[in-house]
Amino acid sequence: MATKSQHQTDEMQEYQKMAQEMRPKKPLLKNVLLAFFIGGFISEVGQGVQWFFMQHGMSAKEATSPVTVVMIGLGALLTGLGWYDRVVKYGGMGGSLPVTGFANAMVAPAMEFRTEGLVLGVGAKLFTVAGPVLAYGLAAAFVVGLIRWLVTGVA
Amino acid sequence: MFFWAFVIGGLLCVIAQLTLDLFPLTPAHVLVLFVVIGAVLGGVGLYGKLVSFAGAGATVPLTGFGYTLVTGVGEAVKTKGVLGLLTGGLTAAAGGIKAAVLFGLAASLVFKPKV
Repeated sequence: MATKSQHQTDEMQEYQKMAQEMRPKKPLLKNVLLAFFIGGFISEVGQGVQWFFMQHGMSAKEATSPVTVVMIGLGALLTGLGWYDRVVKYGGMGGSLPVTGFANAMVAPAMEFRTEGLVLGVGAKLFTVAGPVLAYGLAAAFVVGLIRWLVTGVA
Repeated sequence: MFFWAFVIGGLLCVIAQLTLDLFPLTPAHVLVLFVVIGAVLGGVGLYGKLVSFAGAGATVPLTGFGYTLVTGVGEAVKTKGVLGLLTGGLTAAAGGIKAAVLFGLAASLVFKPKV
């Protein structure tokens, strides 16, 4: 009995090893480097936009919201033109994590499902990714705020 | 500021890329995770420090969205009391969210997908 199960686990391990070798290796280093440079570049563009607003008399904090608006506008425009999908293809999370990528995650499915109508196609698909992000973001902010309020009394 | 914006913005994307490649998650899972991480780090006061020296490098990645939500809650609780827990997040993020919905709607109506 013991030898049999031993035998099986050996076979299983062998199979696992084989499956591991057959599996296509993700080019991790390349992905990471591309994510760094593309994500860094997009952040740099955002910093440039922030600098522009700060030249016009805003503080860094006041500029955050308009910078987000501009970056989302850029992301939506580039997605519409079909260019941003390439940024995501090469940059991976470097393209997806910045707010431009958030805009892409809204616009791309909305465009794709336009044939399903303006309400259940465009209207609904805008929120395939934005929906979960907003839901859990708002929930997290509520919980964190509540804990901070209970602990410090102020938040 | 321009140097750190690039480095921190890039590094946050590297962490996200590693999360995506090393764990069985989809990009949507990673985005949700990063918004929550941003809210938690914002709540304990760490993310604010990152924002003050990396600027857009910290606010442009989606973690900055979580940070915006939680700082909004904090400020609203200070001025309005407990009700701020409900109103603060969306008030602070209103510009970004409304821009995303409007631009997103406009772009998906104006442009045709290329296939």
